Amino acid sequence: MPNSFRQGPDSRGRFGQFGGRFVAETLMPLILEVEAAYEASKTDQAFQDEWRRLLKDYVGRPSPLWSAERITAHVRKSAKPGKGAKIYFKRDELNHTGAHKINAVLGQILLAKKMGKTRIIAETGAGQHGVATATACALFDLPCTVFMGATDVERQQPNVFRMKLLGAEVRPVSAGAGTLKDAMNEALRYWVANVTDTYYCIGTVAGPHPYPMMVRDFQSVIGEEAKVQMQAAEGRLPDALVAAIGGGSNAMGLFYPFLDDPSVQMYGVEAAGRGIDTHEHAASLAKGRPGVLHGNRMYLLQDDDGQVQEAHSISAGLDYPGVGPEHSWLHEIGRVRYVSATDDDALDAFQLCSRLEGIIPALEPAHALAATMRLAVGMDADKILVMNMCGRGDKDIFTVAKLLGERL
Amino acid sequence: MSRIAARFASLKGTRGALITYLQAYDPDPATSLAILRGLPGAGADIIEVGMPFTDPMADGPSIQLAAQRALKSGATLSRTLALVRDFRAEETATPIVLMGYYNPILSYGVASFCVEAASSGVDGLIIVDVPPEEADEIEPDAKAQGLDLIRLVAPTTDDSRLPKVLAATSGFVYYVSILGITGTRSASRESMAAEIPRIRAHTDLPIVIGFGIRTPAQAAEAAGIGDGAAVGTALVDVLAGSLDEHGRAKSDTVRRVLDAVRALAEEIRR
Ligand SMILES: Cc1ncc(COP(=O)(O)O)c(C=O)c1O
Repeated sequence: MPNSFRQGPDSRGRFGQFGGRFVAETLMPLILEVEAAYEASKTDQAFQDEWRRLLKDYVGRPSPLWSAERITAHVRKSAKPGKGAKIYFKRDELNHTGAHKINAVLGQILLAKKMGKTRIIAETGAGQHGVATATACALFDLPCTVFMGATDVERQQPNVFRMKLLGAEVRPVSAGAGTLKDAMNEALRYWVANVTDTYYCIGTVAGPHPYPMMVRDFQSVIGEEAKVQMQAAEGRLPDALVAAIGGGSNAMGLFYPFLDDPSVQMYGVEAAGRGIDTHEHAASLAKGRPGVLHGNRMYLLQDDDGQVQEAHSISAGLDYPGVGPEHSWLHEIGRVRYVSATDDDALDAFQLCSRLEGIIPALEPAHALAATMRLAVGMDADKILVMNMCGRGDKDIFTVAKLLGERL
Repeated sequence: MSRIAARFASLKGTRGALITYLQAYDPDPATSLAILRGLPGAGADIIEVGMPFTDPMADGPSIQLAAQRALKSGATLSRTLALVRDFRAEETATPIVLMGYYNPILSYGVASFCVEAASSGVDGLIIVDVPPEEADEIEPDAKAQGLDLIRLVAPTTDDSRLPKVLAATSGFVYYVSILGITGTRSASRESMAAEIPRIRAHTDLPIVIGFGIRTPAQAAEAAGIGDGAAVGTALVDVLAGSLDEHGRAKSDTVRRVLDAVRALAEEIRR
């Protein structure tokens, strides 16, 4: 075991064997430029001050830490006596634009400006990262193009319209299954052709180095706040952290500041789709093996020939066949446990949370909530669990209504 | 001398080389082998065989569709190697270069892939998503088997970076003449004429120009400025255009592709 879990990545962008820079030569010089600019920004006080100001006055940070008493009570009803951990939500769904994505977007857009880039591109699955990027581009007066799988355009209509209102161009991608993987392929292809003036704002802790590190660093504001807030609320560290895993950015953001606190257990929740033993899921860690896609080595759903398989999840934001390199590494060394929740689990949790807490979660953290309740039932009642409520469910209303047989 | 070096040596001072690209198993194994076998006679000096991959990130729509056809017709990496073996059984002079993406190779096992590629008659590899920064992933095994690792040099590869890229290259240098993916735009004569001497100043290796070369005239021009011209999308388009509505080869598919190669070769030889 390393004596710190917070030293990665190395100079080659590796977390153990994972990560790296597997991109075509055309992009390589630019990737190195992004890395240099990002390293410089860390000690650039004006840059840091501006990012913090935006987080506070534009995003509305810090996001509250909410003691979810009715969910906790609900869990305890079905728990054995003395069992049923206390559940807190880290409420990043209250951020401007409705999810955690904006944290890293603002950092990256400031970086793009610093680098003198004049166009922004992004990929999006659920549309939250696309909306966050379109928002920041509106604020900073930058033209923005968002690549989105055609299937996702269909199932996340409200976000597509939002992006358009914000002045972004949404490009539907029909290749493959028309989901997040295909959107990222297309964004990378576009970037190759427009390297000189364009910055690619990646929405998760994946892609070539330095993206996994950079996005994690920006998202770590979630865990840093949670640590302070938990100290204020309970005078101690939480016992467990839970977060949904698409590419893994909201989870890395919550986990990273706690990685060297050995008493804190961590659980990443992958999307099990129609079931982890079917072919329709997005459980890259449970069912994939190490591979290279989108610029980095990571756990990847693939067939025996190394062809990438389509993922499936009710949640467009989790519907991705890979998972970021740092999670891949944390999985292999066992620091974080990765579990899963099915489409049905998420749908149930979505409705339960709405009724019990008055919080309509996004389908992504609804997966985390399903796993949270399962974990909390088996934990002692004096234990504390923090779940990342990383997005709100407005975007999912139509999908869920349809599944529940409601016509809007 | 390697087959690649021998081929360039034999052309030196006379004309540039024609490098053709088609994907293995596009649109089916028998047609793919028939085309492969016909390429040297049609005038291909070096043959690139695309290794089909689900997510070809440096390729435009034509080659993306080629990969889908190939995968649908059963392509795998080991079948691609078998295809090369079948070709090599009859042809020993024309170099074969496999071009594709890293994940299928990683999945196959880098060491055994290099052993089997070499024994199947492969001469070189172009792995688009393994830049010099990640060279140690495959370089030791490729070298041990005598496989050339051909690297891409792009317009963005500036003079400070060129030596690093070239140091990791053997066989020939593949100059990507445009900013962009395959089959989307073409470079101007001026930009090629400016870029090739810039690269030559750093290397004695032959320089092949690729990406965006479609017509016989463009091929001849590029082969005159560099040491060879690589044509991919244009040939894939001819192949695609020859298929029936279900994407199956028709009786003249092989002939039409080889005719297109012949037209390129003639112009280069003029
Ligand atoms: C609300 C929400 N949560 C989670 C995700 C998944 O991404 P990540 O795992 O990077 O947090 C998304 C992605 O679209 C999202 O919108």
